[in-house]
Amino acid sequence: MKLLVCIKQVPDMESRFKVDSAGTWYAESDLAWRMNEYDEYAVEQVVQLKEQHGGSPDITVLSIGPDRVKEMMKKALAMGCDRGVHVKDDESHRKDSFEIASIIAEFAKDKGFDVIFTGMQSQDRGSAQVGVLVAEMLGLPAVTTVVDFSFDEGAITAKRELEGGLKAIVKARTPALVTCQLGLNTPRYPTLPNIMKAKKKELLSVEVGELLKVEELLTTEKIYFPEKKGGGLILEGDVGDLADQLIKILKEKTGVLA
Amino acid sequence: MKALLVGEYREGKLLDSTYELVAFARELGAEASMFLVGSEQSLPRYDGTVYLADAAKHGEFNPGAHKQLLLEVIEKEKPDYVVLSHSSYGWDLAPRVALALKAAQVSEVVGVAGGSLVVPVCNAKLRRQVKPKTATTVVTLQAGAFGLPDEPAGTPVVEKVDADAAGGLEFAGYEAAEKTTVDLTKADIIVTAGRGIGKPENLEMIAQLAQALGGEYGASRPVVDAGWADHNRQVGSTGQTVSPKLYVACGVSGAIQHLAGMKKSEFVIAINTDKDAPIGEVADVLAVADVKQLVPALTEKLKAR
Repeated sequence: MKLLVCIKQVPDMESRFKVDSAGTWYAESDLAWRMNEYDEYAVEQVVQLKEQHGGSPDITVLSIGPDRVKEMMKKALAMGCDRGVHVKDDESHRKDSFEIASIIAEFAKDKGFDVIFTGMQSQDRGSAQVGVLVAEMLGLPAVTTVVDFSFDEGAITAKRELEGGLKAIVKARTPALVTCQLGLNTPRYPTLPNIMKAKKKELLSVEVGELLKVEELLTTEKIYFPEKKGGGLILEGDVGDLADQLIKILKEKTGVLA
Repeated sequence: MKALLVGEYREGKLLDSTYELVAFARELGAEASMFLVGSEQSLPRYDGTVYLADAAKHGEFNPGAHKQLLLEVIEKEKPDYVVLSHSSYGWDLAPRVALALKAAQVSEVVGVAGGSLVVPVCNAKLRRQVKPKTATTVVTLQAGAFGLPDEPAGTPVVEKVDADAAGGLEFAGYEAAEKTTVDLTKADIIVTAGRGIGKPENLEMIAQLAQALGGEYGASRPVVDAGWADHNRQVGSTGQTVSPKLYVACGVSGAIQHLAGMKKSEFVIAINTDKDAPIGEVADVLAVADVKQLVPALTEKLKAR
């Protein structure tokens, strides 16, 4: 059984973002980088699947981006993936979802993966397109927004999360692709021995030019901070004073403390 | 300019979010028609053509089949825009349609500026203006970003759509949310715990503040996913949509999905260390402080009154 999990490196969303000099993306300086949260659930799921099947499945983890993404890939290897494929691309942030999906599909097309896992979206672009596009390009069934997953005898059963607490139960034959939602499992922390082992695992590098055969379908004109329209009151200072001010506001502006 | 709106139908009913698609088409100034896999018992109040495929035959969730049915209508209508909600249905179906059309897709559109579309980046901290390079564009709309100024009205002209459409998935049914004793949708006062509470033990101080204010406590998605609070306490698009008189967001950054669930609150107080957190956009008052310090202080003063 061959499994592929696709992961992306994103900035910590608590960062103070700045616009880059071209005005079309965020500046990369002063950012802390981490694995896209949705992808962590994908990695955990694929590792659990391997554990459930006696260690025979073989897991490839793939990421597209500049050299810094290798650090994050080592975490995925330490979590239990068997080998990494780094698609080296310093300009990956300029590529649209269609191009990114094409790169992944081009890599995966002749490898015979039984299940491909992705996060349901990235935290920075949030397009929720890449997983479904990869599946469509490869002619595979795709189950999106998965919060529960099981595999048995060539078929997957998944629960997908809909709105308002409702879930849909969906089955598909493999090969198939699933996109993972938050809460699917509890991503593990790599142990020190596994971090050491991960250093010896294969991390292959591929130039993006070898896999990219399409052109972008949309362009970014500019990126900017939204205008502050809230106009809400901002309170700062000592905690005791803040509590007093909040009580005063609750009395004056709401009926809550009447 | 022509737009084809893809209505949404769930458990036998048309979803209200369908009218947001109508509002978007109006904002574009586009001539619009609609595609819906639904039934004649639940049609939109809409003056226009509705291409109707039967949900009893094609399933409410059967993306492969819905894609083929929709492509037939697109072939006939030749729209400039194919418009869906950015929902579990929309974000699943949209890329399938976009790829089949070789069309650009723009996800989670929050606005229109000139000829370009505006989308959020990094949890809505930034915005991006994008321009499609293809003649047809598939868009999904952020929930609540577009709304009709008046009550939807009208009776559609129905055109039936049918085909032998198949999909690679087998739909095995819905699973409803657990029934619970807490009903946040009826609460007047809600104090919500976000990731900023730091650890599960700190949920207690949120519950205490809720109690001191005479309300219920809620939780944001990360808090529920981490297992610190039950799913029935979750506020947001995949949890409860609430409209209390007072909403106190404690350590909640304000992800779009969370805002979608609470922005009808009458008065919003946010407590957050990050002055630029998106929750500030909807808050009447933002107290810049660590929830772990301010919440107990506030609770104590409320109790002492």
